[in-house]
Amino acid sequence: MLKNIITSAATALALTASAAFAAGGGEQHIEDIAFSFEGPFGSYDQNQLQRGLKVYTEVCSACHGLKFVPLRTLADEGGVGFTEDQVRAYAQNFEVYDSELEDTRPATPVDHFPANTGAGAPDLSLMAKARAGFHGPYGTGISQLVNGIGGAEYIASLLLGYTGKEKEEAGVTLYENTAFPGGWISMGPPLAGEDVDFDDGHANDLHHEAVDVAAFLMWTAEPKMMARQHAGFVGVLILAILSVLLYLTNKKIWAPIKGKH
Amino acid sequence: MSGIPHDHYEPKSNGAKWMHTRLPVVGLIYDTIMIPTPKNLNWMWIWGIVLAFCLGLQIITGIVLAMHYTPHVDFAFASVEHIMRDVNGGHMLRYLHANGASLFFIAVYAHIFRGLYYGSYKAPREITWIIGMLIYLLMMGTAFMGYVLPWGQMSFWGATVITGLFGAIPFIGEPIQTLLLGGPAVDNATLNRFFSLHYLFPFLIAGLVIVHIWAFHTTGNNNPTGVEVRRGSKEEAKKDTVSFWPYFVIKDLFALAVILTVFFAIVGFMPNYLGHPDNYIEANALATPAHIVPEWYFLPFYAILRAFTSEVWVVQLASFVTGGIVDAKFFGVLAMFGAIIVMALAPWLDTSSVRSGRYRPQFKWWFALLVIDFFALMWLGAMPAEEPYASFSLIASAYWFGYFLIILPLMGVIEKPLPQPASIEEDFEAHYGKSSDATPAE
Repeated sequence: MLKNIITSAATALALTASAAFAAGGGEQHIEDIAFSFEGPFGSYDQNQLQRGLKVYTEVCSACHGLKFVPLRTLADEGGVGFTEDQVRAYAQNFEVYDSELEDTRPATPVDHFPANTGAGAPDLSLMAKARAGFHGPYGTGISQLVNGIGGAEYIASLLLGYTGKEKEEAGVTLYENTAFPGGWISMGPPLAGEDVDFDDGHANDLHHEAVDVAAFLMWTAEPKMMARQHAGFVGVLILAILSVLLYLTNKKIWAPIKGKH
Repeated sequence: MSGIPHDHYEPKSNGAKWMHTRLPVVGLIYDTIMIPTPKNLNWMWIWGIVLAFCLGLQIITGIVLAMHYTPHVDFAFASVEHIMRDVNGGHMLRYLHANGASLFFIAVYAHIFRGLYYGSYKAPREITWIIGMLIYLLMMGTAFMGYVLPWGQMSFWGATVITGLFGAIPFIGEPIQTLLLGGPAVDNATLNRFFSLHYLFPFLIAGLVIVHIWAFHTTGNNNPTGVEVRRGSKEEAKKDTVSFWPYFVIKDLFALAVILTVFFAIVGFMPNYLGHPDNYIEANALATPAHIVPEWYFLPFYAILRAFTSEVWVVQLASFVTGGIVDAKFFGVLAMFGAIIVMALAPWLDTSSVRSGRYRPQFKWWFALLVIDFFALMWLGAMPAEEPYASFSLIASAYWFGYFLIILPLMGVIEKPLPQPASIEEDFEAHYGKSSDATPAE
């Protein structure tokens, strides 16, 4: 049987030797944005997260939810960095259903951001980890090793990627987008530029809004990033010291065996 | 000839003697950690300790994660997010556990290929090898079921594809698949039994690890020369060996610390690199992901599974001969499990009288090609099932079988091995010079 396998393998190779490599699908364009949270020394930019939160609140939340994100975490260190009063005030923006009251009431910090599936839009809590901006080359993962997985880049590029072309398909309007796989997305352009006024007076053109909300969504997806990196540093430092000590110990105890006194 | 002659534990105090006559547990521990170990072991012999550490890490982090996880299709995904956001240190526990699985498989592959190169599977260590293969199979089962628990898209669709493989077995396939799933499709019953088994298997692995260690403590370790430790007397054995403690314990711990430094850097700075973004999307039976890709450690065997399509004439022949019972799907399943079975049969397929690849000039090259083949299969498993990858997969799969079924049996007949050192001591002294005092202080 084995001979057959080899023969068939060789035949298959001969037959396909001249076959062209399959061309990769649509040309997805992902802009590589230098986010402040990238790399081991990266950290969230608190002002940027607050601006992104404002974009989310005033634009995205009309259709999308953040059901996994507790509102109280807006006050967490290494994140948006609201004061508790700010969180309480912010929570009032949302109405949540209370099963004890059997009625809706304004949200409080112990509630989560509401889910929002009315428009059939996906929840955004984990979107920045559920998409990859960078791929390949050839399935090797080298691009992601160098650039990161690129979920936030994907979100920003998607918001910036509308070409203005539309088409109707089975009664649904599709919008051409250079970042979306396949090129046509059912979400209309959510941002046009100058959609929100930032409290810190920061520029509110389309590019800035897109990048800021992408950064905010990275935080909603990975709120403990700063704590994790801190743990990483402590772990690496302690283990590196331990490695050196064990190296020296090992060298010393083996010296007599190896005839090096 | 059971074991290498060495000094056994002698209880000294009255209390120790009292204990030793009733339960010789101190003696057991003493004999285990003071076992004479070939002194020429190189850095490829460190993976056993790494693997033991991984099993401990996975069990400890896993037990804590299970305290906060909810095995129900409506709550599983949310409970993982609860662990990530609300549980103290939960995000680290989960990332350690998820990346710990990858470290476990890196170590087990290094360990297996070490064994394949240095002939560790050969007589009298066949039982050690077979137990090792069983541990490896259980590891794969555990990892697969663990990946289903977060109930993401890749969890759900991975489970659908893999349990579907069992459905390809003729006649008995469907009942087996139904039993695995607890119903007609991947659903709550599947999640519950996978959670239960994911918790059980690591303890079965721990049991087999004890048998694995027991087996090679009976035969003694293999070593880079493949030459056995001399067992004529204690004095002779001492020239070839040192005690496991402290010499190899410290060496192995040093290697483990270096590996864990890298591991912590990955967990701390890029914990999702080895995962798949789709698994951060909650499972949805109505939306199939564009590419269903297993975790990296399954890719070589996934490539073999997919290589044998109905266009391959071996498959067509098998289908014709068996009257359609062995179709392309079943052939692929047979090939995938066969790829592991031929590896498990290595002790009987390898006809060479020389153990270590170091003294086998031709084998060396075939082995190097097998390592390349393994990585090629891993890469091909991640590529879409289209040309030219399909043909490459077929060639790479053919080599995997060819290595075990043709090259290993043939090499023993046609290869002319190089001279081996007379003893481990001779090999060791060739490296480090003659020691002034060959007997280590104990």
